Formats: sequence, C-alpha cells, structure tokens
Amino acid sequence: MSEKDQILARVREALTSPAPHPGDAHTNPQPASALPPSNNSRQWLPAVGETFQDRLELFQKNAASLKADFYLVERWEEASGVLGKLRDQEGWQCVGAHKGDLTDAACAALGLPVCRTDHPYDVAALESCDAGITECDALVAQTGSVLVTSRSAGGRALSVLPPHHVVLARREQLLPDLLAAFELLKRKYSDNYPSFISFITGPSRTGDIERVLVLGAHGPKKLSIICF
Amino acid sequence: MNTFAAQFREQSLRLTRDLRHRLLIQNALGKYETQRDHRKAAFQDWQSARQAAAEIKWEAINHLDVHLQDFVSRIEARGTVVHWASTAAQARDIIIGIVRDSKARSIIKSKAMTSEEIHLNEALEEAGFEVVESDLGEFIVQLRKEAPYHIVFPAMHLTRGDISELFTRELGSAPTQNPEDLTMIARRVLRQKYINADVGLTGANFPIAETGMISITENEGNARLTAALPKVMISLLGIEKVLPRLEDLALFLPLLATAGTGQPLTCYNSLYGGPRRADESDGPEEFHVVLLDNHRTELLADAEQRDALHCIRCGACLNVCPIFRNVGGHTYGTTYSGPIGSVITPHLRGLQDWKHLSYSSSLCGASTETCPVKINLHHHLLQNRRNASRQKPSRIEKFAFRTYAAIVNRPGLYHLVKKAGRVLQKLHPLVRGTRADPAYGWTKTRDLPPIARQTFKEYWKDRNIK
Repeated sequence: MSEKDQILARVREALTSPAPHPGDAHTNPQPASALPPSNNSRQWLPAVGETFQDRLELFQKNAASLKADFYLVERWEEASGVLGKLRDQEGWQCVGAHKGDLTDAACAALGLPVCRTDHPYDVAALESCDAGITECDALVAQTGSVLVTSRSAGGRALSVLPPHHVVLARREQLLPDLLAAFELLKRKYSDNYPSFISFITGPSRTGDIERVLVLGAHGPKKLSIICF
Repeated sequence: MNTFAAQFREQSLRLTRDLRHRLLIQNALGKYETQRDHRKAAFQDWQSARQAAAEIKWEAINHLDVHLQDFVSRIEARGTVVHWASTAAQARDIIIGIVRDSKARSIIKSKAMTSEEIHLNEALEEAGFEVVESDLGEFIVQLRKEAPYHIVFPAMHLTRGDISELFTRELGSAPTQNPEDLTMIARRVLRQKYINADVGLTGANFPIAETGMISITENEGNARLTAALPKVMISLLGIEKVLPRLEDLALFLPLLATAGTGQPLTCYNSLYGGPRRADESDGPEEFHVVLLDNHRTELLADAEQRDALHCIRCGACLNVCPIFRNVGGHTYGTTYSGPIGSVITPHLRGLQDWKHLSYSSSLCGASTETCPVKINLHHHLLQNRRNASRQKPSRIEKFAFRTYAAIVNRPGLYHLVKKAGRVLQKLHPLVRGTRADPAYGWTKTRDLPPIARQTFKEYWKDRNIK
C-alpha cells in the first residue's frame, strides 16, 4: 500500500467515531453537517456600504490606513500625469512592466527603458528597476486590496521585486468585498486558472522588531494605485 | 518528574522573575491587543463569523479524506507533484531527495511551522545544503540558532538593541537603534539570497479542495519572492489544513489576520495552483507539495479532541494566555507553544512526557474565548489530565484519596482528625516554609488558612442547646 493509501486509510478509520458539532461539545454528536452557504459571511464581515460611491470612499479610506497611495483621477491624461510626477520625484531610471492596454500607454508616457516580464527575463535587471507597473483584476473595497494574477499583472515577481509597485486600474474594477473577488476569479478563470493569484493589501510590511511597523520588508516600500 | 517537565519548571521560575522579559512581552502583546480589538469591532458580527468558521472547519476535518483527495487530484492536474509523508523522517527524506535531484545548493525558506515540527533545517544542513530563513523574525532567530519564540512573532523576545548587536556580530553591519534600518539590513542580505537560491521552501495556511491551490498568508513579501524566483518550489503542509471551497477564504483570511496580528487583512494573501505554466514568464519549473501526517491521524481518531485540528495557527491563544505571558514561548520546549501547543503536543510527542503542559493553565478559558475557530482549548487540557492519569495513575494520589475516603466515611474518625488538625496547626509555624513542613509543596508559595476554631456542626449543636 502506498503512503497515500496508508494515510487516507488512517483518516477514514479515525473518522468512524463522530465528533461533537461546534458549539455543542456537551450534547450528542450530530450526523454530517452541510456546509453553511459561503455567502452567509457577508452579513458578519466588515460592512462595505450600498452604493458605488460608498465603496469607492471605503477603498480610499482603507488605502490610506494601509499607507498605500491612492490616486483617483477622471481621465487617462491625468493618470499619465501622476506617473510622470512619480518618475520625476523619485528619479526613476528604468521600470518593469508587462504587456497591456494601460501598461503600454503608461510606458509610452514615461519614456523610460522598460524591463518586460511577458517573456522569460533577467531577474537582476528587474531587481534594478525603480518601479514595477502592472494592471490588476480588481480592487476590493472591503479590505483596500488589489487582486492580481500571473496573467493580469505580468507574472509573479513584477509586483513584488521592484521597490515601488504602481497599479493601474479602472473604476469599474472596484468590487465590494472578498466574496465578490472570488466569484470574479471563478467566472474569469475557472476552466484555466493562472498558477499565481494574490491579494495585495498595502506595501510590504513587518512588525518583527518590537512590533514597530516598518514598510518595505522584502517587497515594495511603496504601493501606488492609480484609478481612473 | 521527567526531564521535559523539570526543564519547564526551571525555566518558568526563571522567566516569571525576569522583569526585562516581562516588559518586552507586555509591550508587544499590549500593542497586539489594541489593534485586534479595533479590527474585531469592524466586523458586523464577530461571534457569528467564528461560529461559521468552526462549522466550515468541522466539515473539512470530519470529511478530511474527501477534501484531501479533491485537493490533491486538482493540484496534480496542473503539474504539481504531491508527496505523502506519514512521519517527520519521511518528510525530511522526501524534501532532501527533491533538493538533491534538482542539483541545488542553496535553499531560501519562508515561514513554516511544519518545518520546525520536523526539524527540517538541521536535516538539510546536515545533508550539506545552505538554508536561509527569509521572514525577518525567523531570520533573526536563525542567526541566534534559536527556535521561534512565538508561532506568529518569532523574535518577540528581543529588543532592537539585541538585534543590532546580533547583526553587527553576524553580518558585520553598523550598530543602529532604528527598527527600519535593521529591517533594511536584513532586506539587503536576503535579496541576494533570493536571487541565488535554487529551491524555495514554504508552508501553507489553507489548501483549497475545490480548486486545488494553496493559500499563503504573509506580510513581508518573502513568501512571494520564495515562490517566484527559485526554479524549484516545495510546500510542506499538514494534512489537516484543507478548506473545502475557494470562497471560504473570504471568511478565513480576515479572521486569521484579525486574530493573528490585528490587521484587516495581511499584506499578501497568495494562491499557488501549480508550477509556471507554458504561457507564464516566471515562477518555478517544478512545484512539489509535501503532505505531512506526523501523528495528526492519531489526534483525528480522538473524537473528543478532534477540533484541535481546526487550528489555523493564528497564535491568538498564546497572546491571551496568562501562562504564556509569564513564562514565554521557549519555556514550553515545543514547536507549538501556548494553549494549543499544550493541547496537541501530548498527541504529537507522547502523553506521559508532555502531560505537565496540561497543568500549565489557570483554566481561565481566555484561550477558548479568543480562538477564532472555537477550539475547546481549556476543556482539552482537562481531558489530557484525565487521560494521563487514567493511563498511568499516580500512586501517591491514589493513596491520598483512599485515605481521605476512609476518613470522611467514618464520622467519628473524621471528627478526631479535625481536632488533631487544629492542634497540629498550632505547631505549624515551627516548620512553615522549610523542607520539614509536610505541606511544603503548598506553603512555599501559598498560605494555609487556619482551621476554624469551631466547626459548623459544633456551632449548630451549641446553638440548639441555647
């Protein structure tokens, strides 16, 4: 018998005696329970507001408390203006990016050398970039998160290796909560999931030294979200 | 007393008196408590969220065979190699085998308590490989050649001064009192390690049965780099961690962050479903998942304590435990410390050797109250006490209770003993607090109240006469 079969046999053997149901340790064990519907959790998790405007404001508020920079602009021209300002302020020499409508337009506006991560690339070159510019799958109002996948955001490293991660998003990508984000992932990818999916919630951080918050532990020190 | 118990007792005595240690722990956990309460208050209904999480975990654990097989068949379908290990030794051998096959020399690791459980680092180093912990706290304790102090805050017992000294000694950096500078020193050192590493090793928080992915929760980005840069990725996880549905994460991720660190969500919550795909530009060429039993099925067979396998390793029970807060994490001498460690260690490493941990509890119930998946922790400690004494009864206790029963069943004798006690207690001050004191075990740290001059029975009798 293989190790797998042995472990599974032990699991089945162990489960022949029923365990008390959560919350009633002192009453009789109950037969198999059905899972509670997953969308039940919506009524218990932090509230997100009814309207789009509420959710936009919530995202803004969450981003601020996470120390992410959120730029809400009306038109693309303003978005590329924000990018130009970041480039000049931080003295960018080179950026990483992937192929996409928004990222291509951003790279054109910046006029800097670009390290592309659509095809196998040199890790050292990406590491020396001043910023990584990506698109995303969604913004999540409830938590202030950016949802990225290896398909929407240029692979696994682009959004974590350079010291500044810039996300380009459209207003209609704003979702109310995590449940909606998982529903979106299923709708979009269920027949063919990308190998990497991540919820990015603020710039990289640590509190491992005396619980003092430090940004940029291993990932980006800065996270800028430009939404138009 | 066995050596583990003796060591626990000796270290507890030392650390409860260590004011510097107490101050550090109070500071760190005080900050945690404020943040956690703030985030809990943002939930519309925290208690119902806990109940739902407990029910989902109940389903996952009580149909573990089904969910495990679903998880494995789906993640294998995307080209992941899944390995099964019944014991710690098997898991170590499997991982060393993968590392050897890939002709690797250096390994970068993100935080994984299961790897501490099987003492993986020592085994890899013995086999001739370089292993570097990349989580800042783990990196610090690795440099100090120590075990993590806490399952979520590994370096909670150190000051910035300690860490500066350590970095100066081990890394040759300039001394600094600034946590940000210290973090940047580690960042610089570890960046190179990521780029040069051949193998990335991670743990996992939640394997998902429905989609065949593993979810990894972190704040620093070290797990993401570990899963992005090396050409081989290995994830070691306990078989009990599986969740049935992808959407369950919508509840578990905020719950884990709130209970674990007092955050609404940790910085990175990533799902990995396989190695790099043909249409992808980076990520590992090989992805191995190692599923570890290591006595988990034995705990599973104990229906009464099966819910201990619901644990999501948030560390909340450690943070609120009055024992943990006084004796600290290393005193336990176990991979998992605090209340959850005291419950599961006897199952993982032997009841008789570790039963003393069941008594390192004030039975206040704070851990049960705080556990986000409602594990009945303090009752399980009582059950471990019962099981231990049932398995190996104490002769002294047996004798004591038999004598007691013999006395209280004979009213005349009982009366006599009470009278004798009253007289003998007058002599007690002569020996109190010395080894000659028959009640030394009690009186060295506690008072013995005086026996009343009159018993209730005597009082009642007198009252009736009048």
